[in-house]
Amino acid sequence: MPSAETLAQVSNAAIYASMLTLSLAMLAFAASFAAGRGRVADSVLTVTGAAVRASTSARSASAGGVSVVTAAPRLPAVEDDGANIEPGRRSGNIAMSLSWLGFGLLLVGVVLRGVWAGRVPWGNMYEFSISTAVALLGAFLAYSLRRDIRWFGIFVVVPVLLILGLAVTVLYTEAAQLVPALKSYWLVIHVSAAVICSGAFALGAALSALYLVRARAERLAGADAVPQGAFASRLPAADRLDGLAYRINAFVFPLWTFAVIAGAIWAENAWGRYWGWDPKETWAFITWVIYAGYLHARATAGWKGTRSAIICLIGFGSLTFNYFAVNLIFNGKHSYSGV
Amino acid sequence: MTATDTGPTPRPPGDEALDETPTEIAAGLSTQPTPDSVPPGVRLGLVGTLRWLWRQLTSMRTALILLFLLALGSVPGSVFPQRSIDALKVRDYLAANPTWGPVLDRLGMFDVFAAPWFAAIYLLLFVSLVGCVLPRTRLHLAAMRAAPPAAPRRLRRMPEWRGWQAHGPAADVGPEVLSASAQHLRASRWRVTQQAYDPDRGTGWVAAEKGYARETGNLLFHIALVVLLVAVGYGALWGWKGNVIVREGQGFANTLTQYDAWAGGRFVDPANLAPFSFTLDSFEADFERGAAQRGAPRVFEAAVTYRATPQSEPQQTTVEVNSPLAVEGAKAFLVGHGYAPHFVIKDAGGRVTFDDSVPFLPQDGNFTSTGVVKAPDATPQVGLQGIFLPTAVVDQVRGPHSIFPAPDDPMVFLSAWQGDLGLGSGAPQSVYKLDVAQMSKLGLEALAPGQSWTLPQGAGTVTFTGFERWATFQIAYDPGKELALAAAVVALIGLSLSLSIRRRRVWVRVSRAHDAPGTATLVEVAGLSRTETGGLPVEVDELSAAVRSAAPPVVADGVSDPGAAMDTLAPPPAPSDPTGRPVQKG
Repeated sequence: MPSAETLAQVSNAAIYASMLTLSLAMLAFAASFAAGRGRVADSVLTVTGAAVRASTSARSASAGGVSVVTAAPRLPAVEDDGANIEPGRRSGNIAMSLSWLGFGLLLVGVVLRGVWAGRVPWGNMYEFSISTAVALLGAFLAYSLRRDIRWFGIFVVVPVLLILGLAVTVLYTEAAQLVPALKSYWLVIHVSAAVICSGAFALGAALSALYLVRARAERLAGADAVPQGAFASRLPAADRLDGLAYRINAFVFPLWTFAVIAGAIWAENAWGRYWGWDPKETWAFITWVIYAGYLHARATAGWKGTRSAIICLIGFGSLTFNYFAVNLIFNGKHSYSGV
Repeated sequence: MTATDTGPTPRPPGDEALDETPTEIAAGLSTQPTPDSVPPGVRLGLVGTLRWLWRQLTSMRTALILLFLLALGSVPGSVFPQRSIDALKVRDYLAANPTWGPVLDRLGMFDVFAAPWFAAIYLLLFVSLVGCVLPRTRLHLAAMRAAPPAAPRRLRRMPEWRGWQAHGPAADVGPEVLSASAQHLRASRWRVTQQAYDPDRGTGWVAAEKGYARETGNLLFHIALVVLLVAVGYGALWGWKGNVIVREGQGFANTLTQYDAWAGGRFVDPANLAPFSFTLDSFEADFERGAAQRGAPRVFEAAVTYRATPQSEPQQTTVEVNSPLAVEGAKAFLVGHGYAPHFVIKDAGGRVTFDDSVPFLPQDGNFTSTGVVKAPDATPQVGLQGIFLPTAVVDQVRGPHSIFPAPDDPMVFLSAWQGDLGLGSGAPQSVYKLDVAQMSKLGLEALAPGQSWTLPQGAGTVTFTGFERWATFQIAYDPGKELALAAAVVALIGLSLSLSIRRRRVWVRVSRAHDAPGTATLVEVAGLSRTETGGLPVEVDELSAAVRSAAPPVVADGVSDPGAAMDTLAPPPAPSDPTGRPVQKG
């Protein structure tokens, strides 16, 4: 067993190495994004949209052009081998490799932090932040196994770097034991769910923000024209961005519900009430209500599209506020920042 | 409701929908009732107005607005101090803001979650929810019993469509295709209905629907939310909770008078609380001594002996932060601790007028604690204001304060008062405050354990003999919490179903090929989904593959425009691929 100092040094070094790797990945993603115009996903989308009708294009494309094509070749396939002529492909691949490496290093950093502290690494804000960075990056990489979303990489790696930067500068604390209130197996259940939700909601919010940019460009360009603008023209179609954001949020919302319920069960066991409107609980409730509003809004005439996307961003704002402001400013029962 | 059910539905579900567009049919997948709009210029009358108001209230738009109001209304509950959490903070806030404080108070800003306006928001929301869920439940139950709707006439207009010509007359191929389709669909647990091949009309179809659990889950989720609200209300009306400080060696019996603070629901009889009792045998606390998070708590353990009823055998247990004492349906939680310095006060003649430990309240994380001692038996009466420091330090800026929460170097700093404690007036007095209006100050002194202080003016002596620890217990009884948990779990299950299950329909139709009715059969497979998660194309492909094996195509498909393929189907050439695999084109 290596000494605590060694573990601490290796954990911190792994986090810094990960940040360096991810910074390089960020540059590569940026180069890929800047170079790319007609990327694979968009090509599938265009062909499908022409073949069937526009209203179904997002769905057909999102089902994965290639697998559909092999099952029933009704559409001309955009084969992968045709894509090496696509600009930005190489830098995109480099960026993905760097992201995997950065993810591995980050994971090592978080795990060693846990080993160092002798418990799950969710005892204070520093640990929660690096875990959220793992969840965010991990969600992106997991999704990238199923679909080519390299274009999205830059919008994931930048927030991950911001979170890590904040973690190592402002939030850093030495590993220490848990306060008695946190000594419960509910820590593992409740906090891991909250970590995953934070990471995945961040992905959804990034997609909604991009949707707003793209949808505006599409509106300005008119129905059949290609959107202008160096940035917006490089994004996938607004429908697709909106659909992706919805899928992520619809997946995370039940998990967030679970995180809140698990927190309530734990609170009942630790504080004698399952719900007491502690600031953290209040903001978890507010976040839940806003995301519930988002899901409803997407099904309500007049609230689809832009309004829904804005609600999604407000919901994520509430989540972020709950994390930073409530931990650091409000004095509640969740003040475990260790800062 | 959840995200997929939308738009105007002028048609009840399950209706024969022959010439509908996909949108219209898709809308039929929803069981959401439609808000009826009032034609301009029509007078509603009282009933009509009420009906219109009800429709407005139960509309999705109103529900959305109420949801956002609920979120917005919760915000002040975290910004302003709340009486339900910390009444002292509210008092301090009011004292610090004499102008705006009372205004905010009148607006309910310090009791947000009990305020009438907050209740109005969530009650309206729940009325809206019930008004939406009830009709949908009725429609959903009807839809669950009904057969899937017939195939639309123009399957080609569906979002997913596969079509080909099969070799052989429809009268031969048709029944085979239909039974193969029905078999495939039933095996995949679709709800299937079919119209057998009709030789006169030259057509027959299979219709199937799946994903009813989506709406079931959706309704379950919303109903569970109502149950959750009922459970919260039930717990609030029939439950109670109280706080009590218990010193080491002291006991507690569950009667109202023993509590430092107690609050019960409207239907609780405070005279009939469960008669359990316990004694705090000892309290252990340990703190971080390392550099990182120095002083942070590490261990709290209260050893208690309890009796469920006065007659039952005493039992011993340890109460910790995450492991409360459960007794007689109530739970006693360890929520705080502190120090109780022990004093002996004697008058000038050496008569003991006070001999007890007094809980001092911690003021900071290092347990700099303050408290008062009242000796009403002394003549004249004696009062002490004190600061207890577990690890004492005095500096120029902060004065006496503690630098570590454990009692490494305990000291008390006392100021002694003599006169009238003001207890005779009968007005209730805080045990943590000394009313010095009718007292005069005798002096200041710092004492270590065991040290005595001879008071000036012959007022006697004060001895700081040592200290005990005390623990705060929150004792709570909430009869609604099991129901609340059950409702929350059902809500979670319902939510997961409604967000993950896809409601979709597929159809298979065989008909005589227009151009070669005697020798070829047109086979069409189509699908329609109302949900945004994909997967339907794959299902339609699988269904097509199953049908294809029963009726192999004779011409190539896989063309980019299925409509064009339909319109230009040439007379069937000889089968080009004996395996029945479609010939790939392009």
